[in-house]
Amino acid sequence: MSAVPMKRNAVDDATAAAAPRVRVVRAGPAARIALVAGLLLVAVLASLPAWGESAWKRDVVEIACYVIYASMWNLLAGFGGMVSIGQQAYFGLGGYVMLVLADHFGVDPFLAVPLGAALAALAAWPISRVAFRLSGGYFAIGTWVIAEVVRLGVANVPAVGGGSGASLVALRGIERATRENLTYWMALACVVASVALLYLFLRGKRGLALLAIRDNAVAAESQGVAVGRMRLAVYVVASLGAALAGALYFLSHLRITPDAAFGVNWSAFAIFMVVIGGLGRIEGPLVGALVFFALDKLFGDYGSLYLLGLGLLAILAATAFPQGLWGELERRFGWSLFPTRRRLVALEEEEGR
Amino acid sequence: MVDLLVQGLLLGGLYALFALGQSLLFGVMRLTNTAQGDFIVLGAFAAIALAGAWAVHPFVIGLALLPLAFAAGYALQRGVLNRTLGKDPLPSLVVTFGLGVVIQNGLLQAFSADPRSLESGGLATASVALGGHAAGVLPLLIFGLAVAATAGLQWLSTRTATGRRFRAVSDDREAAELMGVDARHVYALATGTAFALVVVAGVLQAVRTTVSPADGPLLLLFAFEAVIIGGMGSFWGTLAGAILLGVTQQLGAWLDPGWGIWAGHIAFLAVLVLRPQGLWPKTRG
Repeated sequence: MSAVPMKRNAVDDATAAAAPRVRVVRAGPAARIALVAGLLLVAVLASLPAWGESAWKRDVVEIACYVIYASMWNLLAGFGGMVSIGQQAYFGLGGYVMLVLADHFGVDPFLAVPLGAALAALAAWPISRVAFRLSGGYFAIGTWVIAEVVRLGVANVPAVGGGSGASLVALRGIERATRENLTYWMALACVVASVALLYLFLRGKRGLALLAIRDNAVAAESQGVAVGRMRLAVYVVASLGAALAGALYFLSHLRITPDAAFGVNWSAFAIFMVVIGGLGRIEGPLVGALVFFALDKLFGDYGSLYLLGLGLLAILAATAFPQGLWGELERRFGWSLFPTRRRLVALEEEEGR
Repeated sequence: MVDLLVQGLLLGGLYALFALGQSLLFGVMRLTNTAQGDFIVLGAFAAIALAGAWAVHPFVIGLALLPLAFAAGYALQRGVLNRTLGKDPLPSLVVTFGLGVVIQNGLLQAFSADPRSLESGGLATASVALGGHAAGVLPLLIFGLAVAATAGLQWLSTRTATGRRFRAVSDDREAAELMGVDARHVYALATGTAFALVVVAGVLQAVRTTVSPADGPLLLLFAFEAVIIGGMGSFWGTLAGAILLGVTQQLGAWLDPGWGIWAGHIAFLAVLVLRPQGLWPKTRG
């Protein structure tokens, strides 16, 4: 009678002694400083209409669109492992649905932005049924074809101006300063919400599941992760984000054309921002968007030479610095502003034994 | 109607030449070359630049460019692309996409955005009568070259020692390397071959119509659609997919001039939904 429990106790003791006692560490000091600094930055930016110039507001809106669009591309490619060259389909659709709601259905233009983005994202479900037939590099080009189909389709709709596009006339009655301020605050709210939600999502259980799928889909499935459902969810959310960026962008630009809305350049820019900043980390697109914006301001006038340089930089980054700018910083200094990983720290080590 | 089908068939020959290199690269090393179209345009512009200095028939220039293209493809694979291969498709996509951007803007800088073409001494407009229907000599020639290139690639991959290595590294790179195959060299040979085909396609495109620096992406999409419609890993399938794409585009353009390319895209998506493995698949993707 007593032999069995005793044996069990002995085994328990042995495993307890062998397994080191550990604690899971998430946020380091850098992340806490970043949170405070980030909140301060948002507060300062939110007050910008009171003291800043009109051009600054436009710049911040533009950067916000870049950050949202690149972050969502990063969610899809860097965390979800689905490299797409076709997210401009949603960027453009977001802009167009926003415009149609505001101009043709009398919806308040500022309300039309989230509403338009949500409606555009509805298209992601049927489109995924086609796009998910392909994987890897072929998924990338397949999504590009789909974006072209959407572009050619929209260019054939006379109600939205066909190939020459349309203007957002619904904003006519609103005073300029009011319009600019509302657009500005809306963009700021959207970018903060996007990054915060992305962080919370990737920190949690589902974020872990997503990383497991990216690293090995078969192994993840065997551990009980619903791979297909998860991929679809990520695709729809990433498309929603791209559509939101598009709706904001064209709310600020007041004019939309099929070529501006569905240009493959948007994918080129997203790839550039994410690869330069750091793929598969939340900081990456933030850094990348700032770098891209700065390069655009400084060298944008050089046209094709500037784009040539961007292409070369992306090739260099992909081959020589696959972790991007932020990856290099994190490796050298251990900085992680949005830690999504779990680090194990041995308790004995901490207690100084 | 018959004319329409014949035109589509012949257009498909050109698309097959666009697509065969893509099919080869994907078959041998699972590389998706998003700059395929830009390389075709680059080949065309190389021929156009040479034609300015050297007054011979464009086909002579094309022949002269073949070894150069092979060397360029070999060097690109050894120097850059081999480093990007792996389970993760992202590095190779970023690098080829970046190369595409570099080529487009480099050509724009060097040649401006004007469309250009190669003068072929009346070949582009010559036609022959076939059973009451007229067919262009050049399209027939292109189609013949496409069939020859398909047969040649099929022969290369199934009947020669190089082709055996292609298939070996495609099936299992590690095992092939254990048998003494230098995978990096074999990959580079495949890219060299693909680039030779790309120059042929580029010269023919410039003789048949015009090329401009921004044409690349559309040509890439045609090449890609032909490969997927036909089924991955089969050269005859790629040719058949290209013909189907050409015919669909002609039919679409006949219904409405603006619908040609759109109809081709829709046919591609329909195949993807109804028969994702392609119509004539040979090997596993």
